[in-house]
Amino acid sequence: MSSISDDVHSDNQHSDDHHHAPAGIKRWLFTTNHKDIGTLYLWFAFIMFLIGGAMAMVIRAELFQPGLQIVDPNFFNQMTTVHGLIMVFGAVMPAFTGLANWMVPMMIGAPDMALPRMNNWSFWILPFAFLILLSSLFLEGGGPNFGWTFYAPLSTTYSNDSTGLFVFSVHIMGISSIMGAINVIVTIFNMRAPGMTLMKMPLFVWTWLITAFLLIAVMPVLAGAVTMVLTDKFFGTSFFDAAGGGDPVMFQHIFWFFGHPEVYIMILPAFGIISQIVPTFSRKPLFGYASMVYATASIALLSFIVWAHHMFTTGMPLFGELFFMIATMLISVPTGVKVFNWVATMWRGSLSFEMPMMFALAFIVLFTIGGFSGLMLAITPVDFQYHDTYFVVAHFHYVLVTGAIFSIMAAVYYWLPKWTGKMYDISLAKWHFWCSLISVNVLFFPMHFVGLAGMPRRIPDYALQFADFNKWISIGGFAFGLSQLIFLALLIKACRKQGEAVDARVWDGAKGLEWEVPSPAPYHTFETPPEVK
Amino acid sequence: MSEQEYEKYYVPDQSPWPFVGAVALFLIAVGAGNFVVEVTKDKEGYGGVTLGVGVLILLVMLFGWFKNQIDESMSGLYSKQLDRSYRQGMSWFIFSEVMFFAAFFGALFYARVFSVPWLGGASNNAMTAEVLWPSFEAIWPLVKTPGGTETQAMGAAGLPLYNTIILLISSVTCHFAHVGLEQNNRKKLTLFLGATILLGIVFLTLQVEEYIHAYTEMGLTLDAGVYGNTFFMLTGFHGMHVTLGTLMLIIMFLRVLSGHFTSKNHFAFQATSWYWHFVDVVWVCLFVFVYLI
Repeated sequence: MSSISDDVHSDNQHSDDHHHAPAGIKRWLFTTNHKDIGTLYLWFAFIMFLIGGAMAMVIRAELFQPGLQIVDPNFFNQMTTVHGLIMVFGAVMPAFTGLANWMVPMMIGAPDMALPRMNNWSFWILPFAFLILLSSLFLEGGGPNFGWTFYAPLSTTYSNDSTGLFVFSVHIMGISSIMGAINVIVTIFNMRAPGMTLMKMPLFVWTWLITAFLLIAVMPVLAGAVTMVLTDKFFGTSFFDAAGGGDPVMFQHIFWFFGHPEVYIMILPAFGIISQIVPTFSRKPLFGYASMVYATASIALLSFIVWAHHMFTTGMPLFGELFFMIATMLISVPTGVKVFNWVATMWRGSLSFEMPMMFALAFIVLFTIGGFSGLMLAITPVDFQYHDTYFVVAHFHYVLVTGAIFSIMAAVYYWLPKWTGKMYDISLAKWHFWCSLISVNVLFFPMHFVGLAGMPRRIPDYALQFADFNKWISIGGFAFGLSQLIFLALLIKACRKQGEAVDARVWDGAKGLEWEVPSPAPYHTFETPPEVK
Repeated sequence: MSEQEYEKYYVPDQSPWPFVGAVALFLIAVGAGNFVVEVTKDKEGYGGVTLGVGVLILLVMLFGWFKNQIDESMSGLYSKQLDRSYRQGMSWFIFSEVMFFAAFFGALFYARVFSVPWLGGASNNAMTAEVLWPSFEAIWPLVKTPGGTETQAMGAAGLPLYNTIILLISSVTCHFAHVGLEQNNRKKLTLFLGATILLGIVFLTLQVEEYIHAYTEMGLTLDAGVYGNTFFMLTGFHGMHVTLGTLMLIIMFLRVLSGHFTSKNHFAFQATSWYWHFVDVVWVCLFVFVYLI
């Protein structure tokens, strides 16, 4: 199968540029190639990760000591808001979309994404959306300061005039995600190589299929929510104003109807990545493939009926509180299936601990911690204590940083040699891994303690008793931020094609179509579909 | 596919249009973000101009991009598989539109079932009503808000009912136009397609009529409390979709006149007709939930 891409279409009109990318800036601006677009998405996500990370450094610098010392509270609020928006919509989601662009066509034996031009459009509108969001920080009155969840009335009655820009930039992010998701879903349904039945698809493809469905289902709801915020603020509607018959809590319902599936949008592809990596480095097939697929689908379906667990303290009727508590706890069943299957895959495998596996193992342990704290938060009566404290911050950073972000790093370490054809600098990678692993726990673990003790989130100052823990949290934060510069150095080296050449399979236990094509993967792969047995 | 002939999937070469479209959306967003402030706070600025330029560029982009695709399709570059990609893509796009409307229907149901009764003291909110607005009466349509804004409810009889009948008929004519295309009966196709466009325009005209009536005579405005909000947002977004659908139908009409489409190959027509049926279904839901009950 490894000669698939070389032996076809010798008389084709495009044959002379088959394996060569067009040169210059136009290659990137006008491209229709899934690998180019994947690269653009990944670099964009990484730059956004650094910018959003810099904002987190501002937050941690202010919180290093009690009292107000470095930034004023309004700017602090802008930092927490834009940090959240950037990390969710600018870093994690585009990184997964970039991985999908690169890998899904190669994993299912497709020549490219199904709709290549739309693919480029969905990428290029993203940098513009974030340009708008970031530049609004420099306007008179500042940028958005109402938290990434933009609860009414903070985003309506009490927000500044940059809210209009915020709303339209979120619209563009949404359009980008929807188009990207339509592309992924159509590619998977329509472009699979002969023999690649649904139940033979690699799990990364499966999880992305379900993620794409979630995206198409809920991003329009977010668009509706921001539109209502826009009209409430500027055109006198009262969706979220009790005096007009609306309800600010209604905003939370609409927002979290988007927002909860959104958190699975940010973790399902991660599950897919881990399910690719663990079997490779255990040299065993994935344990319980079918149950993984069904678990992913169950998580996605359940994610539509749990949104109000973000709102236990809003005074919902008791039936609502109980329903959402139980529905939320149900999610731990399919999630538990997944963790069990990963562990069972490793059981009696011949394990080796290359960088992707190290990140995958860190993911399994640390994500599970985040999962357990989520289970605690799901219990309505105790959530009354945890709500809006640093315990929540600790929870979602464990699932998003040591979960989603670690999985993205695992994926990069797994597939980077396939993309560049060279093995990356392993000693830098080890430094990156160990520094990140230690600092991320110094950063987020103590947040559990200050949260349980009652330290509220999104406040630039705090009571004296939290001072010691916050000092350590900040030190961990700076260390984690600096550790990512090692990753930056590694990536730059890799993109300059330094390092030892690798063969097509790269990892000796690797299975799947993407390992059948040469490394680096040619500009066009599978122009004639391979046959999957 | 060793034995069978594999029809090559057409992967287009580089295209400038997506990037042009990105610039257009950028200008639209920046323009609109400033424009809403300028309009509502009487400020001077370039928001409106930026928005206008963005829309113009977007139109140029749509024209160029679609021209590109029509040329490719006419020169036979598209395989069956690609046709399926387009069809599936369009279906998922329509699904995303359904979810967009779902957000506003959700707001309507929430206001009606929860927030308005709660403001009147239902469930465990007796004290809310007592302390905040003791004289508030929770009825739907909400003709008097807790804050005191008064308005009138739009009945289902008259214009809304006519509009429902018009749109339902237009869905049928649209279907027959498609049948005409599949039978290669060009006369039937043009006739029914023309009728569909006409009905769409009549619908929009009557809708404008209704809005004028609401604003000038009934005091039913966008800012007249949550009833007016949901009424205008739902019917307004629906009207925008009908406008877009009518434009798409007109473009299909022009393409039919220039001899495009065959009985087997007519994705653009099919997509437009799906879209038209979709706005029709949304209207039926609107008629039932906004006007009727």
